[in-house]
Amino acid sequence: MSAGIEENVLELQGVVMTFGGLMALSNLNFKVRRGMIKAIIGPNGAGKTTLFNVITGSFPPTQGTVTFNGRPIQHLKAHKIADRGISRTFQTVELFGNMTVLENVMLGCYTRIRTSFMASGFVLSQARRKEKQIRENALKILKFIGLAHKFKDLADSLPLGEQKLLEIGRALASEPELICLDEPAAGLNETETHVASSLIKAINAKGITVLLVEHDMKVVMNISDEILVLNYGRKIAEGPPEDIRNSPRVIEAYLGAEA
Amino acid sequence: MLRIAKLPIAVFALFILVFPWTARRIPAIEHYPDIMVFAGIYCLITIGLSLLMGYAGQISIGHAAFFGIGAYISGILTTNYGMNPWACMLIGMAVTAVVAALVGTPSLKLKGHYLAMATLAFGIIIFIIFNEETQWTGGPDGMSGIPGLSLFGFEFDSVERYYYLVWGVVIAAFIFTVNVIQSGTGRALRAIHASESAAGAMGVDVARFKILVFVYSAVLASLAGSFYAHYLNFINPATFDLFFSIKLLIMIALGGMHNIWGAIVGTGLITFLSNEWLQYFEEFEVIVYGAILLFVTVILPEGLAGVPGIVKGWFRR
Repeated sequence: MSAGIEENVLELQGVVMTFGGLMALSNLNFKVRRGMIKAIIGPNGAGKTTLFNVITGSFPPTQGTVTFNGRPIQHLKAHKIADRGISRTFQTVELFGNMTVLENVMLGCYTRIRTSFMASGFVLSQARRKEKQIRENALKILKFIGLAHKFKDLADSLPLGEQKLLEIGRALASEPELICLDEPAAGLNETETHVASSLIKAINAKGITVLLVEHDMKVVMNISDEILVLNYGRKIAEGPPEDIRNSPRVIEAYLGAEA
Repeated sequence: MLRIAKLPIAVFALFILVFPWTARRIPAIEHYPDIMVFAGIYCLITIGLSLLMGYAGQISIGHAAFFGIGAYISGILTTNYGMNPWACMLIGMAVTAVVAALVGTPSLKLKGHYLAMATLAFGIIIFIIFNEETQWTGGPDGMSGIPGLSLFGFEFDSVERYYYLVWGVVIAAFIFTVNVIQSGTGRALRAIHASESAAGAMGVDVARFKILVFVYSAVLASLAGSFYAHYLNFINPATFDLFFSIKLLIMIALGGMHNIWGAIVGTGLITFLSNEWLQYFEEFEVIVYGAILLFVTVILPEGLAGVPGIVKGWFRR
């Protein structure tokens, strides 16, 4: 490896997650290569969202290591992991509904530009400059995701499709190296889904690695470079879309074994 | 953008400036500046509490204790040890900050309203200490002979002088808090209120922020306590009981929790109600507070600070 840049942005080794007696993830190993779009699929309850929660620090894994850019992160709190460069969206939209579209994205910039409590109280010129910078960054992102015209609206007032886009925008504002998208197309109509998948491609084109949980197989097959299939917390297949499409184990997991 | 208009702050500051001058000329309200001193002292507490409750979404039922710690530290250190009152004020604030961090940290690391329970218990414990540690606090009889304040030979010995001192500090604290609300820090606080998990995923250290705001609000309460002690020259535990903590919550609820102006309006109203307008009710004034709280929760969930918005809504129709 040259100059300490790892080929794999993310690497999971022997990750186990149990809730009481329930094993949500069992001995999971996989790698995410820098610059790729990797999708995680699997039937409901396969452990996809749990996996995201483990990677982004919502809760630490029971066992195993999560390595980001060559450093272990499984013991870190969510905000520390965000600082390191992993951002995420949520399956059920978790926007700051009482804040405007612009403010939501501005908060996303928090990982990169922040002002201390005292500095904000006294409004030092430095704090004012930072605030201006944050605003400009946020507006740029709103243009990128196509919501610039709604910057004043309350996040709660947007239709679901735009809320999903806004969540992606907020995640982008933290300038992540890896972005974890939890079902970005869930509940969207065909047009909205199309917008969302071109946005994901555009994000990837910027050099950001994408980890994607998605049920919409058309989206998954179209945009991902690699797919990981989970069932009952275990990896049952991993590889490029065409392999996964024809894998008997995957078909079995989704449709049940043939009689 | 969340913007808090500057004009009302200027108008308010002007009102504070001319109020004693006007009140002096009207016999019926001659003594109002004295009540306004208390209102100002309570405003210091509720400004911080409003940031904690309305913006960061955490409830404290123990701020009377922080108010009391400030008052007693000022009282004890000045009367027993002859220390400089201003230094005592700072010591009080520092001690309160440490105590608040100790009380707040375990409960604020959890999600949910654990802070309310922790502060409730803490408030009761501190109240008992004020009553029982007679050698320090004078017990239920309280302690008297607390000196007044002076600065470079200028004595704050009249109601008006103290009024301007207290309200100067209130306005400074108000502007500081307004600045915080309008900054990235305020944004982070509101984000915590809306969704702790999303705020965390965006890099906001949720626990640290909650503790920080809790400590800030406690320090302001302590400062208010010091001003209280030096104004009255006498303190006793009854001032710092559980009911006072609840009264602070009523002030904020009446004024409007999600608006920093609510703290000022609610505190002003409740202070005048309890020190002046409700004197006839004597013990029954509690019922009036209950009625106010009920009325606000049912009819005006945004509090009085929400009224301008409602009126604007009528005209738009």
